[in-house]
Amino acid sequence: MEIDPFIFRLSIFILSIFIGYYVVWSVTPSLHTPLMSVTNAISSVIIVGAIIAALAGDVEKIFETSNIFGFLAIILAAVNIFGGFLVTQRMLQMYKKKKK
Amino acid sequence: MTANLSALFYLVSGILFILALRGLSSPETSRQGNYFGIAGMAIAIIVTFLSVDNFGSGFVYVLILLLIGGCIGAFIAFKIPMTAMPELVAGFHSLVGLAAVFVAISAFLKPEAFNLGNVGSIKLASLIEMSLGAAIGAITFSGSIIAFLKLRGIMSGSPITFKGQHLINLILGLSIIVLIYYLCANQSSNLFWSIIVISFLVGVLLIIPIGGADMPVVISMLNSYSGWAAAGIGFTLENTALIITGALVGSSGAILSYIMCKGMNRSFFNVILGGWGATDQISKSKKDEQKPVKSGNADDAAFLMKNAASVIIVPGYGMAVAQAQHALREMVDALKKNGVKVSYAIHPVAGRMPGHMNVLLAEANVPYDEVFELEEINNDFANCDVVYVIGANDVTNPVAKSDPQSPIYGMPVLDVEKSKSVLFVKRSLSPGYAGIDNDLFYRDNTLMLFADAKKMTEEIVKSL
Repeated sequence: MEIDPFIFRLSIFILSIFIGYYVVWSVTPSLHTPLMSVTNAISSVIIVGAIIAALAGDVEKIFETSNIFGFLAIILAAVNIFGGFLVTQRMLQMYKKKKK
Repeated sequence: MTANLSALFYLVSGILFILALRGLSSPETSRQGNYFGIAGMAIAIIVTFLSVDNFGSGFVYVLILLLIGGCIGAFIAFKIPMTAMPELVAGFHSLVGLAAVFVAISAFLKPEAFNLGNVGSIKLASLIEMSLGAAIGAITFSGSIIAFLKLRGIMSGSPITFKGQHLINLILGLSIIVLIYYLCANQSSNLFWSIIVISFLVGVLLIIPIGGADMPVVISMLNSYSGWAAAGIGFTLENTALIITGALVGSSGAILSYIMCKGMNRSFFNVILGGWGATDQISKSKKDEQKPVKSGNADDAAFLMKNAASVIIVPGYGMAVAQAQHALREMVDALKKNGVKVSYAIHPVAGRMPGHMNVLLAEANVPYDEVFELEEINNDFANCDVVYVIGANDVTNPVAKSDPQSPIYGMPVLDVEKSKSVLFVKRSLSPGYAGIDNDLFYRDNTLMLFADAKKMTEEIVKSL
């Protein structure tokens, strides 16, 4: 019997939870705020779904309801991607070692 | 681009996201980590364009919208003051949540675009995945909006509780599951819309009973939810990058919530069920008796610190409110000129989000190797001459160690009372968030400095 591809995706998902678990525990507590802002930025990779939704269907009929929801999701995700990465960058820039 | 090739690229961007989080294990590698994250995002977006392969007028609209959103995001990122970081993060979470809802709606309306079957006959697994993604996304959205309003001060930070609250939440939660079950049976769009509306409601009801100082847990929890929502959508779209990211973000938020709960010695459910500090019988019973308090002025404080060998600074949320971090740094500079050794002690739940105090101190140019976590520095208080408590309260309360009746009993606290003297900057003797009196105020070695945190610190700088 063939294995359902869903099982493969589930495997990736569960293994990624484990990776996340170990990687996040090794994050230094002083960087917990940048951790939140960067996870925020990367979770906006949901823009992938938004782009597919926006460009779905006929080239001529791109203003159907489903496309419009896609367009709206693109704006939201884009705010998050740029905002999230840039604010993280701005914060990380501030962490400096003692000048010797 | 073939589906296999794009799947491989999505895997690459998933790995880059892992490296982005990995970089945060130390400040030196963190900036590089952020670039990995950006690269991962760029790859995911470009690959999506190539695999959709629709470069008509729609593509132009997408680029324009991307640019508009990007400009708004960049503008916010550069303008936002560091003290407003908790509400910014809450706001960003709400956007991820809403984006997940929109993508799920779109997939429901036009399943053929996502290879999920046709309207009315969407594949069962996809239907479950997209409704879960939409439900969690909707909860994340409305919950984050409430968290944002509370953090911004637009809505009162005090818990809003009413009778039967938990029962209503439970019923609503169960009804979402029942609706998903029926949605799978008859694919009716009305059921789909109801799931989303109820989830919005659940998000609101979930966050309103949680008080201001529990916000670190709430923000971490919503962070986690936004991850699970993304993962749900990732399963629907069969997209590896989204599944990996969702799992990473989900577990990251969960770990942060755990750390925050441990910092308060409370269970996750205790925080979520809310209403802490709403019971004030303990503070009432003690209000009548007047205990002697020693208070001093900036000159006294300056004199004490100038003649100390070592000073530890304990910042809290009050420092963020008063925007006192820069004045504090000036004070420390002046002390260092006098040969005083200064370090900072940060409690895990100080502030309104994980790592809040560290960012503010970094903004004020405090080197991160002078800033210590609770476990690292707690033994040093006994050998320290002066502790300067600025804007913190409950996290220094020795009652947590001595009085099993106290609601904060067992919470890890900073042992400030062990130092030779304590300077406590506070506007009045009013109790902190937990609604309990701080025993520290009445100790012989405590000198209260009744003033605004920033003003007092500035005055001390002048007298130094």
